[in-house]
Amino acid sequence: MTGFEGVVGALTIVFGGIGALFFLVGTLGVLRLPDFFCRTHAATKCDTVGAGSVLIALAIFNGLEVSSIKILVLAALILLTSPTSAHALARAAHRTGLKPWAAPQDDSRG
Amino acid sequence: MDGFFWGLAIFLLVNAFACLWRAYAGPTIVDRLLAVNIIGTKTLVVLVLLTLVFRRALLLDVALVYGLLNFVVTIVATRFLETGRLKGDWS
Repeated sequence: MTGFEGVVGALTIVFGGIGALFFLVGTLGVLRLPDFFCRTHAATKCDTVGAGSVLIALAIFNGLEVSSIKILVLAALILLTSPTSAHALARAAHRTGLKPWAAPQDDSRG
Repeated sequence: MDGFFWGLAIFLLVNAFACLWRAYAGPTIVDRLLAVNIIGTKTLVVLVLLTLVFRRALLLDVALVYGLLNFVVTIVATRFLETGRLKGDWS
């Protein structure tokens, strides 16, 4: 029984750590990237995978209960709605005329 | 395991406050909307963590409503930004 609990704890910590890493990368992308399109590219993927991973870790930790089903429903909700929101945001930005960022041209080197 | 959950929740809150700077200083309106959206996602995960720490299953329903509301707010705001109106044709 203790071996099973050890496996559950290890899976929880591994998935939670992966999710925290993805959240950190997403935050750095939101703060550092130069353009709205780059920012939404960084933030949405990292937020989707990070939240999904942390929620799966918590569902594993919770075990076979009704609340685990609710946590998995939350994970499915995030996996559906986060890319949809990002697509709507990027489409609105594109259709209202926001130009994508381009790297500055270096003319001195020819 | 409660210590790990507390650490994860505090880490996510620090990330959310870092994203709040983008919501304050974002040069365009869509930057602000994106920052508010991902802060909502982080808040949802923190609510689920607090559910497991405090053993209150009620907070899961709050997290579910939070996720749905976050999605609806983003969709409505982008539609208003894109078309300038919220209603369709009456025909």
